Amino acid sequence: MNDLYFLIQQMMLFSVPLLVVAIAGMFSERSGVVNIALEGIMIMGAFSGTLFMHLNQTNGGLSGYPLLFASMAIATVTGMVYALFHAFASIEMSADQTISGTALNLFAPAFVIFSARSVIGIQQVNFQNTFLIQSVPLLGDIPIIGRMFFQNAYLSTYLGFLILIIASFVLYKTPFGLRLRSAGENPQATDAAGISVRKIRYAGVLISGALAGLGGLIYIIPVTVTFNADVAGYGFLAIAVLIFGQWKPSRILTSALFFGLLKTISASYSGIQFFFNLNIPQVIYQVIPYVATLIVLVISSKKSQGPKALGEPFDKGKR
Amino acid sequence: MKNKLKSGYQAALPSLISILVGLVIAVVILIATNPANALDGFFRMIKGPFNYGAARGLGNMLFYATPILMTGLSVAFAFKTGLFNIGASGQFMIGSLVSVYIAIKWTFIPTSVLWLVALLLGALAGALWAAVVGILKAWRNVNEVITSIMMNYIAMYLVMHVIRFGGIYNQARNETMKVASQIPTFGLDKIFVRSFIDGGILIALICAVIIYVVLEKTTFGYELKAVGLNRDAAKYAGVNEKRAIVTSMIIAGALAGLGGGLTYLAGTSKSINVAAVIASEGFDGIAVALLGMSHPFGVVFSAFFISYLKLGGQAMQVIGYVPEIVEMMIGIILYVSALSLLFRRIITKFKERRLKKVGEES
Repeated sequence: MNDLYFLIQQMMLFSVPLLVVAIAGMFSERSGVVNIALEGIMIMGAFSGTLFMHLNQTNGGLSGYPLLFASMAIATVTGMVYALFHAFASIEMSADQTISGTALNLFAPAFVIFSARSVIGIQQVNFQNTFLIQSVPLLGDIPIIGRMFFQNAYLSTYLGFLILIIASFVLYKTPFGLRLRSAGENPQATDAAGISVRKIRYAGVLISGALAGLGGLIYIIPVTVTFNADVAGYGFLAIAVLIFGQWKPSRILTSALFFGLLKTISASYSGIQFFFNLNIPQVIYQVIPYVATLIVLVISSKKSQGPKALGEPFDKGKR
Repeated sequence: MKNKLKSGYQAALPSLISILVGLVIAVVILIATNPANALDGFFRMIKGPFNYGAARGLGNMLFYATPILMTGLSVAFAFKTGLFNIGASGQFMIGSLVSVYIAIKWTFIPTSVLWLVALLLGALAGALWAAVVGILKAWRNVNEVITSIMMNYIAMYLVMHVIRFGGIYNQARNETMKVASQIPTFGLDKIFVRSFIDGGILIALICAVIIYVVLEKTTFGYELKAVGLNRDAAKYAGVNEKRAIVTSMIIAGALAGLGGGLTYLAGTSKSINVAAVIASEGFDGIAVALLGMSHPFGVVFSAFFISYLKLGGQAMQVIGYVPEIVEMMIGIILYVSALSLLFRRIITKFKERRLKKVGEES
């Protein structure tokens, strides 16, 4: 039973950042703009957030939850500003969205190392992780469920689920969501209905940047105390989760949890007696998440349900 | 001929402007961060390989260009079929592993040809690795981006495991042992004295020519491009589009896999590190392919160019700049090249204005 609690608590740490960043991707892609820059945006968000923490923790200033919230806000804004470049290229300049995204992915780690060296002298940004919640008041005392979800947790887990709920609501229950989806499916019709595809797509990409920037920081906080210009390919994995989740919030949740669970088993199998006793080489556990994803894809793949106008610059004159 | 040259120039113009804009922004960064050394830094950047003497510097430039030229070709080739090969890294890693494994272990083959066997099987391994992506795309319509990402991670863990437990591990240095056979230099070391150069660059250039011929001069290449432009239309026109997709991925994988072999069988005895990192050559290859506008010769030039810049970056380290400044610049150049539509608009406007002026004068 202890192993199960451990497994679920760990799973959240892997799943939630994937969930948030995949939802980030969803907002951009549902509006019709491919966002392969998620990795780069995550790196930017994680950098600005951890740097802010570092500066406050070494020079005195904010601490505790005010610091956490301020860092998250900064990561969010940074992601948004960085995504603005992608939005400008994709929407204003009708640029190739893959090229723009790849450029942002290349630029981010280099810029982060360069800036860290310029600001604090070294490329690693250290911070103290004081944000673990031992037990959520009241909820943590609920039998079984309390231990699974409300002990040894991070605020980001609940934030992630909140974002999921809000995102589903926005996408399916608001006029904006309808416009966003129509801009990705049939921009010409959207335009004919008197809605600015340009503005909708800007909104989609900027929301995407905000969430991916935040996702970068909430990935980093639980796993390490040093940010070194790297989010371990989570931006790319989030793209996989997004496609696997067929651009739909509920399926994105399932695929993020699925991948998170397998990743947890592969990362911590040696700490779990059952798996340890199986005596299987480490490499098998390491590749399980990826192989299983491939197998599930082969079984479940039908027609891809990606937005129809994905990656196509909107041209008013084209009908 | 003259027309061809002119159209080539016009095709390359946006890239050239991007490079210029990238350089200008780099200068601004140089001045902003370290004004005292900015001028010196700029000249070192411009001089690139020539900071180290022409023969040695150019040799090193060709040496560093080899892997990214191969992954660039791989990405570019897949692009022609409308496939985004983000998995060049995985194919590169698998190719590296197989080539190095054979070059260490298969000593029953004479050393003089062992390198060639190792390279060919490395390319084959990369091809098979990429074939999975192609088959899943063709028959199950599984998005190649997601399968490529998964295959990259599987390759990374597999390579780490085989190095550790496959009898080719140098534990003290946490990397592969030295290979028994290396690619000959084909006399290049006589031209580019004191550089790292080996014969790999010649093999890479031959690959670029072959890819050019396949794409431009064969029916197969035409079919690939037709599938890339419109899969359904190509199918309607009688192209076996499934076969085209799988073959295209196989060739792309072979190129990236061969790139891995060329990198680790080079004369410098570079070894594969055991680290949970996806090979960066694959991602650099995406930049090289995009900057080269997916044309084989464009890829050659952009691989040379990026390698040129990287040597400039090395020279700048001496006066206190971080080498990442070059990576930033490559990112900026690529971003600006994505904006090429802007340049085209400006150029057309400029031309129109000039025509108008000429009209008024006459």
